[in-house]
Amino acid sequence: MSTASTNPIARYWQLEPHHHPEGSSTSLGFWVYLMSDCLMFAVLFAVYGVLANSFAAGPGPKDLFDLELVAVNTAMLLLSSITFGFAMLAMGKGDKAGTLRWLLVTLFFGLCFLAIELYEFHHLIHIGAGPQRSGFLSAFFVLVGTHGLHVTFGSIWLVTLMVQLRRKGLITANRRRMVCLSMFWHFLDVIWIGVFTFVYLLGMI
Amino acid sequence: MSDTHAHHDDHDHGHAHGSYAGYIKGFVLSVILTAIPFGLVMAGGFDSRALTAVTVIGFAVVQILVHMVYFLHMNGTQEEGWTLLSTIFTIVVVVILLAGSLWVMYHMNNNMMPQMNHELMQGLGS
Repeated sequence: MSTASTNPIARYWQLEPHHHPEGSSTSLGFWVYLMSDCLMFAVLFAVYGVLANSFAAGPGPKDLFDLELVAVNTAMLLLSSITFGFAMLAMGKGDKAGTLRWLLVTLFFGLCFLAIELYEFHHLIHIGAGPQRSGFLSAFFVLVGTHGLHVTFGSIWLVTLMVQLRRKGLITANRRRMVCLSMFWHFLDVIWIGVFTFVYLLGMI
Repeated sequence: MSDTHAHHDDHDHGHAHGSYAGYIKGFVLSVILTAIPFGLVMAGGFDSRALTAVTVIGFAVVQILVHMVYFLHMNGTQEEGWTLLSTIFTIVVVVILLAGSLWVMYHMNNNMMPQMNHELMQGLGS
């Protein structure tokens, strides 16, 4: 405040260097990234919405989708979301072993989700309903595939973070990475709500 | 000034992880909000297709809000409200994008198609 009297600019701006705690704005920045990701998904949803009835005399949703499989898939993603929450709580308590254990469970459910989705894609392509069959199937594979790709990269990140946690423990940098990955993982769950509602449920009505 | 700011950020970090009860509550609500629309569609839905569609979408919207609150810990105070503000901005853009695309393409399909006769379409196709 002593500079305020000598330098008139200091009345309006803080001139002294001040430090924010490390990573204090990371979660906001990462959230803004996720929102941009959300816009990308919105474009893919719009494409799907526009092409959803362009079957090119090919199979439609009712001929292709298996709601029981989608329900199991949704359960996998929901379970992985809550186990990640438990990993965050274990981290909050400073429990490194517990954090690693819950992350491993999360990875397991994430991989189950991916396995089921790959099975579904393989099945569709096998019966001749691949992405090149019709506009509807192109949009379906791009939208659901992009979400699956996100889960794949989230799983790779999860493995990387587990290695870092094992080697360095719950240091500040790792805690920051955990906060970001938890947002990424829960965000994917939110996108999946849109996918199972608009693609699968509305397609089957 | 900078001291109070630093304290505020620490405060946010401490609260960002939620609680055991919060995660359980969010999970149970999500399971219910997923099971009902799946059950509804698997059972064949209501007599009116539009009513079924609106119900299913309604459940999705509520479930997204549940995820935002219980898993992503959204509230008005996080990062001094900037998180909420960026989210609202994104939702507005998403709604304009989705509603606009579907509206425009629906009207294109309705207005353009009858004017094309079959010979013209076959001519374009070959």
